[in-house]
Amino acid sequence: MDNDTTTQTVARGDESEVEADLLVEDVSIDGMCGVY
Amino acid sequence: MKLVEHFKHGLDAPICLTWELTYACNLACAHCLSSSGRRDPRELSTAECKAVIDELQRMQVFYVNIGGGEPTVRPDFWELLDYAVGHDVGVKFSTNGVRITPERARQLAATDYVDVQISLDGATAEVNDAVRGSGSFDMAMRAMRNLADAGMENFKISVVMTRHNVAQLDEFKSIADTFGAQLRITRLRPSGRGADVWNDLHPTTDQQLQIYDWLVANGEQVLTGDSFFHLNALGSAPLPGLNLCGAGRVVCLIDPVGDVYACPFAIHDEFLAGNIRAPGGFESVWRTSELFARLRQPQSGGACTSCSAYDSCQGGCMAAKFFTGLPLDGPDPECVRGNAELALAVSGMVRPQPDKDHSRATRPVALGMPVAVPDRACDASPLAGLDRR
Amino acid sequence: MACAVSTETGFDPARPYALAASVSLRPEPFGALVYDFTTRRLSFLKTPQLVDTVRALADQPDATAALLAAAVPAAEHPHYLRALAGLFEAGTIALRPVA
Repeated sequence: MDNDTTTQTVARGDESEVEADLLVEDVSIDGMCGVY
Repeated sequence: MKLVEHFKHGLDAPICLTWELTYACNLACAHCLSSSGRRDPRELSTAECKAVIDELQRMQVFYVNIGGGEPTVRPDFWELLDYAVGHDVGVKFSTNGVRITPERARQLAATDYVDVQISLDGATAEVNDAVRGSGSFDMAMRAMRNLADAGMENFKISVVMTRHNVAQLDEFKSIADTFGAQLRITRLRPSGRGADVWNDLHPTTDQQLQIYDWLVANGEQVLTGDSFFHLNALGSAPLPGLNLCGAGRVVCLIDPVGDVYACPFAIHDEFLAGNIRAPGGFESVWRTSELFARLRQPQSGGACTSCSAYDSCQGGCMAAKFFTGLPLDGPDPECVRGNAELALAVSGMVRPQPDKDHSRATRPVALGMPVAVPDRACDASPLAGLDRR
Repeated sequence: MACAVSTETGFDPARPYALAASVSLRPEPFGALVYDFTTRRLSFLKTPQLVDTVRALADQPDATAALLAAAVPAAEHPHYLRALAGLFEAGTIALRPVA
């Protein structure tokens, strides 16, 4: 994954300033508590 | 707004969901979250299952996690699998390996949009079989060998963490590496038969820290089903994942008789949202159920609001709290700050009993004395059926 | 600006694109969810204009035309092109074979 701020793996709250610039957010698909 | 914030309010359709196809199972694992064993005579028919898949396709549910019981004991399992992937619904299915022959493994390796998850709860037969039954370790290993030999890449090995296997984390990783598979570790919940063994099997406080540290060191390669976010407060590095309860918001359970629950660890009337056989089907339940509307309201932290850890642990797991008799707006039974200790001491005798039981043998009563029932109606021996556990 | 983007990622705004065949896009009130069946990755397109842009790609001769079709303000074009480059890198969008 490149360093481009436009696409980034989800990180927690301290990224909120940078996050405002993001147009695309990647999400961990296994990260859904409540499925096997 | 971050995606996780949107998730808290619920989506118009699940992203994925767990679908337990049958309560029938060839095993009788001590901690089974769905208390499986016996088929329920009201199980959805093949046609009803296909209608569910049609709905999921229309709603654009991206994939289903198919489990049970043991889903492959349904004669129509392979037909339903093909139907799902042929209708834009990806499938991951969870199995103890009983039907994963070399031929089936080759078939799976050749099928797009299918993932396989083998259940394993010990890196050795001794540890595994104590929970899952004699021969189950060998059966799982054989299935994994068949999948690897068939070229099935990156299938999953899913482990429920218990007091007896935390020490085997590195060995589990090694087994996964051997087969070219990906390790998945998940949290034991006091759900289903898990309620009976929770006190004996749930990790100790020290072991929780071991799990957390191990995940911080290895987490990029290991899946968790996001089930360990209750441990986030143990350190400053949040575990990879959404760290959010998705029940009724992003995911849910469809059970073998069409009941829709908030989550597979919450099979109880308290978390029953509706049934897909009612008018409007699954979509109507997902969108209009009162239970789900309540879950999609902003959740108050209740007793946890003043705790500095609440932001990272979100109060833990709803199902874990419910089945240990704790209030839902308070600490998780495994709260890493120990905030549940007092409440557990008080609540211990007033736990909700799982109200759906498809176990093949009667489970022990609260005092730990097993009550024997005849294995079959005509079986006179009071000990019949006991040796299955 | 466009040249810099294409050098870094192989994404060329002057070429035709479309959503990759293994990808499902599901509009939401807040944007869209995008799931790739082969990589099993889930992404979130965070603005309606990005969703419109991605959906317009298949019908437009190139990425820049898709931005115009989606009414993305000119000042934001570089930002959106970087987003598209990231989607291309991830395999979410792919070059469309020219008829």
